Amino acid sequence: MIHDQARYTREDEAVHEPLLSEKTEESVDASDASPLPDDLTRDSLTLPAPSEPEVARHYTRLSQMNWAIDSGPYPLGSCTMKYNPKFTEDVAADPNAAVHPDRSERSVQGSLELQYRLQEFLGDIGGMDAVTLQPPAGAAGELTGILVAKAYHEHHGNDRSEVVIPASAHGTNFATAATAGYDVVELPSGEDGRVDVEALEAAVGDDTAALMLTNPNTVGLFERDITEIADIVHDAGGLLYYDGANLNALLGRGRPGDMGFDVMHYNVHKTFATPHGGGGPGAGPVGVVDELAEFLPTPRVRKTEGDGGYERFEPDNTIGKVHGFAGNWLVLIKAYAYIARLGDEGLADAAAKAVLNANYLAERIDLDVPYGPFHHEFAATAGDRDAADVAKRMLDFGVHPPTTKWPEMVPEAMLTEPTEIEGKSSLDDLAEAFNLAYADTDEALSTSPNRTAAGRIDQVAAARSPRLSWQALDEE
Amino acid sequence: MSGADGSPYAPHTDAETAAMLDAVGVADEEALFDIPDAVAFDGEFGIDARSERDIRDECSRLFGRNRDLTEFLGRGHYGHYVPSVVDHLSDRAEFLTSYTQYQPEISQGFLQALFEYQSMLVELTGLEVANCSMYDAATALGEAATLADRVRSTSGDVVLVPEQLREGKRAVLENYCAGADLTVESYPMDDGNADVDALAERADADAVMVYAENPTVRGCVEERLAAIGEVADDAGALFTLGSDVVSLAVLQEPASVGADVVVGEAGALGLPTAYGMGLGIFACSDDFIRQVPGRLVGASEDARGDRAFTLTLQTREQHIRKERATSNICTNQAWVALRAAIHAATLGPGGLVDLANDCVREAADLAERIDDVVGAAAPVHDRHHVREFAVHVDQPAAAVAEDLETRGFAVHVIGEHLLQVCVTDLNAGRADDLVAAVEEVI
Repeated sequence: MIHDQARYTREDEAVHEPLLSEKTEESVDASDASPLPDDLTRDSLTLPAPSEPEVARHYTRLSQMNWAIDSGPYPLGSCTMKYNPKFTEDVAADPNAAVHPDRSERSVQGSLELQYRLQEFLGDIGGMDAVTLQPPAGAAGELTGILVAKAYHEHHGNDRSEVVIPASAHGTNFATAATAGYDVVELPSGEDGRVDVEALEAAVGDDTAALMLTNPNTVGLFERDITEIADIVHDAGGLLYYDGANLNALLGRGRPGDMGFDVMHYNVHKTFATPHGGGGPGAGPVGVVDELAEFLPTPRVRKTEGDGGYERFEPDNTIGKVHGFAGNWLVLIKAYAYIARLGDEGLADAAAKAVLNANYLAERIDLDVPYGPFHHEFAATAGDRDAADVAKRMLDFGVHPPTTKWPEMVPEAMLTEPTEIEGKSSLDDLAEAFNLAYADTDEALSTSPNRTAAGRIDQVAAARSPRLSWQALDEE
Repeated sequence: MSGADGSPYAPHTDAETAAMLDAVGVADEEALFDIPDAVAFDGEFGIDARSERDIRDECSRLFGRNRDLTEFLGRGHYGHYVPSVVDHLSDRAEFLTSYTQYQPEISQGFLQALFEYQSMLVELTGLEVANCSMYDAATALGEAATLADRVRSTSGDVVLVPEQLREGKRAVLENYCAGADLTVESYPMDDGNADVDALAERADADAVMVYAENPTVRGCVEERLAAIGEVADDAGALFTLGSDVVSLAVLQEPASVGADVVVGEAGALGLPTAYGMGLGIFACSDDFIRQVPGRLVGASEDARGDRAFTLTLQTREQHIRKERATSNICTNQAWVALRAAIHAATLGPGGLVDLANDCVREAADLAERIDDVVGAAAPVHDRHHVREFAVHVDQPAAAVAEDLETRGFAVHVIGEHLLQVCVTDLNAGRADDLVAAVEEVI
């Protein structure tokens, strides 16, 4: 299959959609009509002033130059790019849900009940006792969880300075631990791609605040020794943190809480199908076991005694807040709607089909997959080809390529996660795109892509002399 | 399809599933799971699958239980009318169902939209660099503090913030500061503005950052911004200014008063009232370009020699720099930034300035009318205001607010005898009714 992304050409030259500022710009005097005295106002404001039809065409044209899940396969490993059910948009757009966060409890009982129900759903799915919905993204969830762990240790007079993280973990884990003020102890991967239990034993000790673990890990492998891992961390007095990025593989078959994890975050924009929005918003609720519930951010929501209502409350030893208000509310509504739509069987089926799809696709591609048995994602290796080049060539074949060159334990990695939404024929197309690109000539690879709105982009030049605004372009 | 009990969004027919299992060489899907029995889950969540229609009905009933109040609420979360064109364009699936532009060649559309958003913030702040979003104003403030800690050469560890600050914003800031061993301290206010003399006394070599807001949490226009900037400068501290995307259209340009960093809320455009969901602004001087948190879109060239956009300076970020990254942020508020940009484009500079000036005018008008009510005095602070202002009531404020709520109005309680009222284009049409209700209850 060949794919041409919307391009306009005139006499063989590409015609690009101009910047808004290149179409129409206006400068207005900001102080003239202002009731404020001149010394409290700015002089002027210069911005594009397109008509509404021009706005509509501009953004429609831009949208045509953007790949999305609804365009075709988007098997970006560790990102869980699944279909975002349309009806959840309508549920979230309910005007009665559009309330201010400072409303009194009695006037927002419906919203509080939905928050409560979602807390319960997530607690059940993760095997956790208490849940906060406040963190606005996965990394914010990580920070929340690690701050909760820190508060727990400090509360018990137990100052600890290190967080242990496997080398294969997401970069956010390392950055989160550092943001929370911890030193990072990186744990090399074992030969089978999993945590090396002996190395873990050597790494943990009195200074260990927590081990952050993704399970299945970032090449899709389940940490079979999880019980032993949990014992080692707990015996050292540390806590076990679950990174929820790969929870889609476990739905209905395994719960972090049952595996000994004490604290976890959920990526609702991955597992629970809320739209990724070109980079966000997501939401990163955090679940914890009972012993940690008193440290969660404030406020949480609970049932009031007796009257069937709902109320906000402040956990006894709360870490305070991780978002100015209540997090990404519109995203949370969509996650609730998705979970309710699938129910127990649908959630379990999502995991089953996600794992089947990854295994079937791996079977169909000509690239080696060094580690297994994997679940919802696998890291193929491009071997002596450059994974980034293979990915660029795939863009010409009507698919989005996988995550490339990560994790580093697999040379020239192509981390692939098709999710449950692709059927057999779509996976066959995806496999063909892999195989055609992988087998193509060096020249074809290095000069691709050719059918996208832009050709290969010079990253080095972009970083060497950053031009980050139309004002910067005008200065040239 | 995968049967009545399967995921409605997994398209496999039974025959396809069988063929795929056969190709993989297993009898069923369960054989693909490598989960030891000891930790396997074979229970039930007890979540019953429902139809789309049932869920829409259920949620509609739930939200219908929220009381229908006219909100005169602000304090950091603002509702303005969002034109329909914003919904219809941002809801295009090519935008909504895409993700971070890791493959820029096939993601030029979103990249250009974010580049345009960054440019709008550059114009509004006067600073050279704006990222393409933080979660909200509070987390952006936290990121500003850690940036200040990285770029300041001295060993100071104090972040100075106004005494009147939204409590939740300060709580978030403290969580970001704790990990960097920074301490948050407040400086006093003088009739709704920063007490610059007291601030000057407090700002010594320990200060890494001085934070001020314009407008303040009580809606006051800050009158001595340049002086605050000088105090920060003299102490060798960064001057971080908090604002919002609408106020920036008319208030003093942050760069012109010496701001090094601007944080704040851009969700005042593009987002309806959304229970506090926001869009964090982060802009700064290009001195700190390699210390900025979050994603940056830059212009470059493609192999054909044409202008093209790409995420850039990624060596600052967590997926490359890990524990030495400038921030742990990955997923952000990109789609909200797209919405804010579409809204700003639709308004144009004239519309945006008008909207901001209306916020000033309407606040002054409403304050004057509430001030006419016996037992109420407004505005409490003798300042200019944007959208909102504090009101003194002789009676206990909580009781007054509760009475107003039974009459269909929501206002803030910010002190024993202090209310706060926020007026925008959305509720200005009900201002008469609010004044009448205030007259009735006090």
